[in-house]
Amino acid sequence: MIGMPNTGKSTLFNRLTGAHAKVGNWPGLTVDLLSARLIIGDQVIQLVDLPGIYDLNGYSEDEKVVTTFLAQNHIDLALVVLNASQIDRQLALLGQIMRLGLPIVLVLNMVDEAAALGITIDAGGLSAKLGIPVCLLSAKYGQGVEQLQPVMRGVLGKKPTARATGVGAVSLDERQLEACVKSCVSVPAQASHALTEKIDRILLHPWLGLPIFFGVMFLLFEVVFVLGKPIQDAMAWGFTAVRSEALEPALAGLPIVLKGLMLDGVYNGLSTVASFVPIIVLFFLCMGIVEDAGYLSRAAFLMDALMARFGLDGRSFVMVLMGFGCNVPALMGTRVIRSRGLRLLTMLVIPLSLCSARMQVFVFFIAALFSAEAAPLVLFSLYVMSILTAMLTSLLFKRRYINTDPFVLEMPPYRFPTLRQIILRGWHEVGHFMRRATRFIVAGVVLVWLLTNFPQGATPGGVDTWAGQIGALLNPVLSPLGIDPKLTIALIFGFVAKEIVIGSLAVIYNMEGSALVSTIAHQIDWIQAYSFMLFTLIYTPCLSTIATIRTESKSKAFSALAIVWPLGLAWIVSFLFYQIARHLAA
Amino acid sequence: MTPTANISTLNRLDPGDCGTILALDAGEELYQRLVALGLRIGNSVRMLRRARFGGPLHIRVGTTELMLRVREARCIRIAHDTATDPSV
Repeated sequence: MIGMPNTGKSTLFNRLTGAHAKVGNWPGLTVDLLSARLIIGDQVIQLVDLPGIYDLNGYSEDEKVVTTFLAQNHIDLALVVLNASQIDRQLALLGQIMRLGLPIVLVLNMVDEAAALGITIDAGGLSAKLGIPVCLLSAKYGQGVEQLQPVMRGVLGKKPTARATGVGAVSLDERQLEACVKSCVSVPAQASHALTEKIDRILLHPWLGLPIFFGVMFLLFEVVFVLGKPIQDAMAWGFTAVRSEALEPALAGLPIVLKGLMLDGVYNGLSTVASFVPIIVLFFLCMGIVEDAGYLSRAAFLMDALMARFGLDGRSFVMVLMGFGCNVPALMGTRVIRSRGLRLLTMLVIPLSLCSARMQVFVFFIAALFSAEAAPLVLFSLYVMSILTAMLTSLLFKRRYINTDPFVLEMPPYRFPTLRQIILRGWHEVGHFMRRATRFIVAGVVLVWLLTNFPQGATPGGVDTWAGQIGALLNPVLSPLGIDPKLTIALIFGFVAKEIVIGSLAVIYNMEGSALVSTIAHQIDWIQAYSFMLFTLIYTPCLSTIATIRTESKSKAFSALAIVWPLGLAWIVSFLFYQIARHLAA
Repeated sequence: MTPTANISTLNRLDPGDCGTILALDAGEELYQRLVALGLRIGNSVRMLRRARFGGPLHIRVGTTELMLRVREARCIRIAHDTATDPSV
C-alpha cells in the first residue's frame, strides 16, 4: 500500500485489516512498518502500509524506505492510494509507480471530501484510460470499501507471468496523465473548504491563535495526565494487591534471594511497564484527535517562528510540552515528524522536560528543606531550569541533527476524527510499547535490584551493597556537587524510575515518614538538596524513557548520546550551582 | 483579472493576493517536493495568511493548503496578479 502523506492510507489499512496489524522490523529499513495478513479469494497475502511519500525518486528518509522496500521484496500488487480531491497533483506518483511495471489497483480515497468540494470523477473512464482498476471510496466512513476486495482478487488471480509484465497498465508520461485527469475529473473553479477557512480565521488568528493554542494544549495535558493519574494509581494498587495477596504467599517456600528476584525484580519490572499503559492509551487518544482533526499542522504553523530558531518545529513543541506529563508517550509521539534529523533532535530534548514523576521527588525535598513561602518559587525555578536546559540542548545539537526535509507541510482541512480510527491507534501504540520495551525494562529493574541487594548479607539499599560501593567509588565525582553516597544510591534507584526514589530513601535511611524527612533535613542543607534536585531533573529520567528512545531511534549511538549528554549536563549544572552557592553562602 | 508583469517571489505576496508561478529556483529535493504538493509552473497560488514574528506562510494552490517557511517561499518566482479576486 503506497501513496502520498495525508491520503488516509493508514485509515484504509485499518479498515482492511482491523486490529490484527502488527508493527514489524524489515531488513535494511530504519523504520517499522505496519503489516497484516489478509485472505483475498483463495490466497493469503501480506498487506504492508508503506510510509507516505511524495516522490519515488525523492531524497527523504521515507522515500528511501519505500524504494528499498520495493527493491527488496516481491510485490504482488501495489495498492496506490491517492486523495481524490487532490488527484491532479498526486497522479504523478502513480505514473512513477506504473513505470515500475507492478500490478496496480488505484484507490481514490476521501471521495466524501471530493464530493463536498464539487469534484466529480469518472472512475470507469479513468480506469479505461490508465489500464488499471480504479476504486472510489471513503476509508473513513467505509463507503465503497467493499468493492476493493473483489478488485484486488481479480488482479491477484491473474497468472504471475501476465502480472510480471504489468498487463493492461499503459505507461504514460506526465502530459498524458494530465490529459487523463482533465477528461475524467472535473474540479470547480473555486474549490475550497469553506468551513475550514472559517475555523482557520479563528484558530490561526494573528492575536487569538497562540492563546487558543495554549488553551488547547492545557486541556490536552489535563485530560491525559489528570485523568491518567487515578487510573495509574488504581493499577499500582492492583499490582500491589496481587503481590501481597497472591504472589507472596505462593512464593513463600522459595529461598529469599529467588523470591526477591521474582518479586522485586521481575514483577516490579512488569508492573513498571504496565503503569505506562493508561497514559500511552490516553495520550494517543488525544493526539489522535488533534492530529486527525488537522490541528497539529496548525500548531506547527503557530509555533514555527519561535521553534525554527532552535532547529525544531511546532510539532516538536507539542511533544516537548507533553513531555512535562510523561516523557515516554511524548517520545513515541515524535513519529509524526518524518525528518529523521528533526525527530532525533526532538527526542534529545524531550527527556529534559520535568515530568510528573520527577515532580514527586522535588515536592518531597522541597517540603523537607524549604519554607512554605519559598517552596513554590523553588519548584518554579526547576521548571525554568528544565526549559533552559532544553533550549541549550537544542541550540547545541541543532547543527548535528539538521532538518534535511524541506519545510513545506500540508495543512489538511479540519476533519471529524472517527472513534474507530483513534482507538485502533491507541491499541497499536500500546502493543508496540509493550513488545519492544518490556524486556529492556524488566532487565534494568532486575539489574538495579541486584546492585542494591548484593553481596549477600548486605542490608538492602545500604552502603555495603554494590550500589553503595559504586556510590563510594563515585564519591570523588559527586561530592563536589554536594551529593553524598546515600543520595548517590537514590540516584541509582532513580535510574529505574523517579517514582521509586522516595521509597528508596526510606530503604537507604531505614526509616519512614516524618522521621525520614527530619533525618534528611538534618543530614543535608538546602544547597545540597537543590543540587540533588538539579541533578535529578537533568540526568536520565527513567529506564522506560531510555527503552523508548532505543526502540524509537533504532540507533545505539543515539541512545548512548541521549544518556551521556544529560548526565554530563546534570553534572556541570549541579557542580556550578553547588560551588557558586557554597562560595556565596560562606 | 489581468496579471501584470509584476514579477516577485511568493514570500512577498500579501494575504489575500494571488500569483502565478513562473519558476522554481530550488535545488532538486525542494523542487520535487514543491511540484508534488502542486506548486508547478503555471499554477495559481493564493496567500492566505502569514504567521506572526516572521513565521511560516499559509498558502493555497488548487485544492491543497500548505504552510512553508519564508526561506522556501523565496525560491518560488511568481507573477503578482494585481486584480483582487471577488471571492476574498
